[in-house]
Amino acid sequence: MYKIVEKEVLNSVVQKMVIEAPFVSRKCEPGQFIILRIEEGGERIPLTIMDFDRDAKTVTIVFQVLGHTTSILATKKVGDELLDFVGPLGKATELHNHKRVLGIAGGVGSAPLYPQLKKLSELGVEVDVIIGGRTDELVILGDEFAKFCKNVYYATNDGSKGTKGFVTDVLVDLLNKGEQYEEVITIGPLIMMKAVVSVTKPLNIATGVSMNPIMIDGTGMCGGCRVTVGGETKFACVDGPDFDGLLVDFDMAMNRQTYYKEEESHICKMDDKRKEGVNNG
Amino acid sequence: MANMSLKKVKMDEQDPNLRNKNFLEVALGYTLEEAIEEANRCIECKHSPCKNGCPVNIQIPEFIHAIKNGDIEEAYSIVTDDNGLPAICGRVCPQENQCEGRCVRAIKGESVGIGRLERFVADWHMANAKDKKVEIKKKTEKVAIVGSGPASLSCAADLAKYGYDVTMFEALHELGGVLMYGIPEFRLPKDLVQKEINQVLNLGVKVEKNVIIGKSLDIEDLFEDGFKAVFIGSGAGLPRFMNVPGEDLNGVYSSNEFLTRVNLMKAYDFPNNHTPVRLGDIVAVIGGGNVAMDAARTAKRLGAKEVHVIYRRSMEELPARQEEIHHAIEEEIQFDLLRNPVEVLGEDTIVKGIRVIKMELGEPDESGRRRPVPIKGSEYIMDVDNVIIAIGQTPNPLLINTTKELKTNNRGCIMVNEETMETTMKNVYAGGDAVTGAATVILAMGAGKQAAKSIHNKLVFDSRK
Ligand SMILES: Cc1cc2nc3c(=O)[nH]c(=O)nc-3n(C[C@H](O)[C@H](O)[C@H](O)COP(=O)(O)OP(=O)(O)OC[C@H]3O[C@@H](n4cnc5c(N)ncnc54)[C@H](O)[C@@H]3O)c2cc1C
Ligand SMILES: Cc1cc2nc3c(=O)[nH]c(=O)nc-3n(C[C@H](O)[C@H](O)[C@H](O)COP(=O)(O)OP(=O)(O)OC[C@H]3O[C@@H](n4cnc5c(N)ncnc54)[C@H](O)[C@@H]3O)c2cc1C
Ligand code: SF4
Ligand code: SF4
Ligand code: FES
Repeated sequence: MYKIVEKEVLNSVVQKMVIEAPFVSRKCEPGQFIILRIEEGGERIPLTIMDFDRDAKTVTIVFQVLGHTTSILATKKVGDELLDFVGPLGKATELHNHKRVLGIAGGVGSAPLYPQLKKLSELGVEVDVIIGGRTDELVILGDEFAKFCKNVYYATNDGSKGTKGFVTDVLVDLLNKGEQYEEVITIGPLIMMKAVVSVTKPLNIATGVSMNPIMIDGTGMCGGCRVTVGGETKFACVDGPDFDGLLVDFDMAMNRQTYYKEEESHICKMDDKRKEGVNNG
Repeated sequence: MANMSLKKVKMDEQDPNLRNKNFLEVALGYTLEEAIEEANRCIECKHSPCKNGCPVNIQIPEFIHAIKNGDIEEAYSIVTDDNGLPAICGRVCPQENQCEGRCVRAIKGESVGIGRLERFVADWHMANAKDKKVEIKKKTEKVAIVGSGPASLSCAADLAKYGYDVTMFEALHELGGVLMYGIPEFRLPKDLVQKEINQVLNLGVKVEKNVIIGKSLDIEDLFEDGFKAVFIGSGAGLPRFMNVPGEDLNGVYSSNEFLTRVNLMKAYDFPNNHTPVRLGDIVAVIGGGNVAMDAARTAKRLGAKEVHVIYRRSMEELPARQEEIHHAIEEEIQFDLLRNPVEVLGEDTIVKGIRVIKMELGEPDESGRRRPVPIKGSEYIMDVDNVIIAIGQTPNPLLINTTKELKTNNRGCIMVNEETMETTMKNVYAGGDAVTGAATVILAMGAGKQAAKSIHNKLVFDSRK
């Protein structure tokens, strides 16, 4: 069992938790992830390792409440235990010793991007970041990024923070102004990463992306997490989750992510009923 | 009184038309009377060829003799001297090629039902006997076991019996390997697998689930942590794909993904269990081995109206066990033989069909089987909603990739000294599918036992130095 030792509500849909997991904290590196199962009968879901403490034997995760499993996770309190917590999975991010790198995060993508940019800045790289979200409340970790990023730019759909529009609007603006980056690292919804690549690819700017297909085992056994990169089939859980964004087939990845939409919404409607039941009873 | 009937005593089975809608076990097992009647068919040959057919050399006539006397506990104790997982092997061993294949009764008529009797003895023990606490003289040396499939379980059990302090590290959240996530409930009930695993744990074997050796810990870390030897039983879990267009469409599964969703994650009980499995009316399963039969029969049970097994050779070459093919036919699985898929077709990102080409058998290839060759211009389209690919698995490269000292052959299998099962890395042993490629439960168990013996010899030798 894996104990929740800290919990922080970052906004109405995003929470941070620190979990006791000695076999994960011992060797994990930025870019890797874990798979957890909350309870018997539960689904295995992947979450990125946002931070870790080898001495305290803990791992920090940040998650967005999306569907059934993440809703249950959000109800867990400090002292509660998770049934399964396996990792570290995937390859650690290959951090390149560039002069200047731009990070671009969407929504909860800030969390996995954070340790990568932090490590880069420790290596002496000059780092800027663009953080996006639907509205001010959903933009997370701005202050944390500000501690080591030279520039922190914001974009919100409703203009409640930073530029009104998308992260790509800010990106295009920066590039038009003549800002030079050797690499862009972007983590967020597939549609956002695809949009970023559509800007960087014609300019041939190296772009790292983090793929998040549906996973089961996370060890290369099921093949469910396959993504097409440069025409080749890769398993995101062992060959990734980071890939060369200029080579990723995003349309296929977006298609594959939707296959279980019906079942996901079915089980979520049951959740709503259950919640109603609780409220009425 | 010897029973000279040419046929095995019949074992009750669920009716095909009922069972293809549920996940309960197909074969119902013998009663005590039926078991004794079948045991009486064994003439207890002096040279007992059946023993040599069993990869772990169970004392077959001896245990059958005990059944004749009605002493089932004695029979159980004889069987488990050589095989710690009899309820499992009695059910899934390819007996026709092993013990039963050598039985003298098979020269005229059917062989003695050795597997069925083994199963009976194990089931009887679980239902009726209390486990005795075994007294083992403990040693201090620690041994680490990677994985918890049959190879690892048998290695762990034997090492624990020698007295070692054994810890088994498993990547998944359940023990048992393919026994849990691959072979379906209706062929190998999971509570029974759990009970046989518990027998191993009762010997004092410790378990760390959710630990991936090569990721969470490396083999070097295990030695640093004081383990004196390591056994690798990491199996052959990497699924093969066909490399045809359309393979990434929604609705194309590897057999591993499909069976893992259903067996390990219990998707047949969605939404009580939270992992879904999506299946349409018409399902094509590609391949012809046990895995393909399991996938096809599982698809039928999940409600598919039509299930087609597409295999590139003919009925004679189907590599699955006879019994499985027979059960599949009874359950209305259709066999589209001498066919090969060339493309998966989709509409709106979802599988809608599969383009297949007809094949004919040409000259024999290296395997001695006649090579299937495509017939030009014979392509046609089948309407299907799902494609399940069951064309084989290879060892998972995860551990090998992070352990440079482990040498593998060109098929990605870990190389070992066949006598000792020692790998190219000092005090590291390996066995089972990780070494042979996808094979059988009993061969994996045999390898685990052999490695346990070598590890014991090595550690005794080391301690004298
Ligand atoms: C390598 C990786 C790292 C990730 N890191 C984070 C993270 O740090 N923070 C975060 O909030 N989210 C992260 N995700 C996404 C997270 O796993 C999903 O949000 C979560 O599984 C949703 O589960 P649910 O039951 O709440 O929602 P559901 O209603 O089941 O699904 C909502 C959506 O989540 C996705 N999803 C569902 N099941 C799975 C699954 N088994 N595996 C992967 N995706 C699934 C699908 O796109 C689905 O449409 C990551 C995903 C991957 C693959
Ligand atoms: C669907 C199906 C049906 C089959 N039917 C039959 C049958 O009827 N009869 C028969 O005899 N055989 C059958 N087989 C084959 C048989 O199951 C295998 O040969 C046997 O299970 C191999 O045992 P093993 O111990 O080598 O590996 P596995 O059973 O594959 O176990 C390996 C275990 O190691 C774990 N693991 C892997 N890597 C790591 C790591 N790095 N760290 C920690 N843990 C790890 C895995 O999660 C797994 O639990 C079937 C196989 C399948 C897939
Ligand atoms: S273990 Fe398998 S081969 Fe050996 S006797 Fe039992 S059924 Fe036959
Ligand atoms: S060969 Fe057949 S008849 Fe002879 S001892 Fe073995 S099981 Fe009995
Ligand atoms: S999650 Fe199963 S292979 Fe990647």
